[in-house]
Amino acid sequence: MWKYNDKLLDHFKNPRNYGEMKNPDGIGREGNPTCGDVMELFIRVKDNKIKDVKFLTFGCVAAIGISSILTEVVKGKTLEEAQNITRDEVVKEAGSLPPIKYHCSVLGIQALHQAIEDYRAKKGNK
Amino acid sequence: MKRIYLDYAATSPTKKEVLEIMIPYFSEKFGNPSSLHRFGQETRAVIDKARKQVAKFLNCHPTEIIFTSGGTEADNFALRGILKFQTSGSKSHIITSSVEHHAVLHTCQDLEKKGLAEVTYIPVDKYGKVSVDDIQKAIRKNTVLISIMYANNEIGTIEPIREIGKMIEKENLKSLSHILFHTDAVQAIGYLNCDVKYLHTDMLSLSAHKFGGPKGIGVLYAKKGVNLDPMITGGGQEYKKRAGTENPPAIVGLGQAIELLTNSNQAEIQKLRDRLIKGVLSKIQGVVLTGHPTERLANSASFCFKYIEGESMLINLDLKGVAVSTGSACTSGSLEPSHVLIACGFDHHTSQGSLRMTLSEETTSEDVDYILKILPDIVTKLRKISPYGRNNVEI
Repeated sequence: MWKYNDKLLDHFKNPRNYGEMKNPDGIGREGNPTCGDVMELFIRVKDNKIKDVKFLTFGCVAAIGISSILTEVVKGKTLEEAQNITRDEVVKEAGSLPPIKYHCSVLGIQALHQAIEDYRAKKGNK
Repeated sequence: MKRIYLDYAATSPTKKEVLEIMIPYFSEKFGNPSSLHRFGQETRAVIDKARKQVAKFLNCHPTEIIFTSGGTEADNFALRGILKFQTSGSKSHIITSSVEHHAVLHTCQDLEKKGLAEVTYIPVDKYGKVSVDDIQKAIRKNTVLISIMYANNEIGTIEPIREIGKMIEKENLKSLSHILFHTDAVQAIGYLNCDVKYLHTDMLSLSAHKFGGPKGIGVLYAKKGVNLDPMITGGGQEYKKRAGTENPPAIVGLGQAIELLTNSNQAEIQKLRDRLIKGVLSKIQGVVLTGHPTERLANSASFCFKYIEGESMLINLDLKGVAVSTGSACTSGSLEPSHVLIACGFDHHTSQGSLRMTLSEETTSEDVDYILKILPDIVTKLRKISPYGRNNVEI
């Protein structure tokens, strides 16, 4: 079995920013066909910055932990900055991720991009 | 923190009496059993004794016992070993079930890939049980072996081995065929009747570390007259069927572990297990018991929880000192969901939320109380994080 580092375990035990958001400005939903994980990301945007972010995740320790870490990375960033966050940055922020769990880090990034796209579509900005 | 182990289907601790009896055979009585001098004869004698202990337990002759490195090797040997002698003019046909342990399943797939056999995988009902009729209907002119596990490792369901064995004997008489019958009894030892005459089986696999013996030692029982082509060749040990210097401490340990088996604990284990199942099903919504409700091993409690994933539950329980198992895709090395749950008809998503708890005579009432106290909160918390099951939105 793989070993999760303390930071990832902490985010799994005490996930930050989980839950639903009332009237989100953007919603992203990504499913991972590889092992069935699913993540929903909700963003509140003000002055082009991600003012608030929440997530809901169905998945393993890595999926939930990475989701939580991602929301902390994303909060307060401009939409452009958020768009440019890579999965490697997220894994770096987590400290480490067992190789077999790398696909969990992609899930969050894809949900984030979707949420931003959703916001832009709603606002008529492209 | 109190540690509670509920994964006896994975492995069990070596019993104190077993360990004690093993120790002299490492450094004190260390002779190679094949040596003719006294050092060798000393260890030869204890291996013979252990062989007799296993033969007594299975109700067979000691010469029908082959020691292997474990259940996996025994399964491999049963499937691969008979092919050379069970020729029928055309490619040999094997019948097995869709819920077998990977040691049987992957071996069958390997034989197919190598063009050595055709295999029929009999489907199961929603409880994971095979039907004797389905197996009989699948028999062809070139069927040489039928291999069905005695009790399922993931969901505890007990298969109708004795009925299958009797059916095969009738078939063999009727059609003058020589179909052999093998059962992987790795999970059944200590819980079910493993008398090979009672079961009408030609071969049977078992593994010591599942019932208080050491890891790395198992047995293939092969009835007299079953011709096995050795997988491991060399010095002619194990009646020239399985070469390699024997492992006296492990063999002695296996013999002792099998002799220590008693049915007297079973009622108590079942009582605790039943209370665990009842508690889980009543305290938590959206959970089902997997496997047969009554025809299951007395120590097995397996579930699927809706809207949440198995590894998350497992690690949450682990952080609170409780060790269990799951069949979720995220935890399998291949990222595939449990083939057993899929065979029972559960969809991929539902099989993600699987949890297996297997008890033993060491499990206490307080252990069950503790799990029933912490599991509902763990499930509730994970469901708060999950996108499913909200506002009655089903998946």
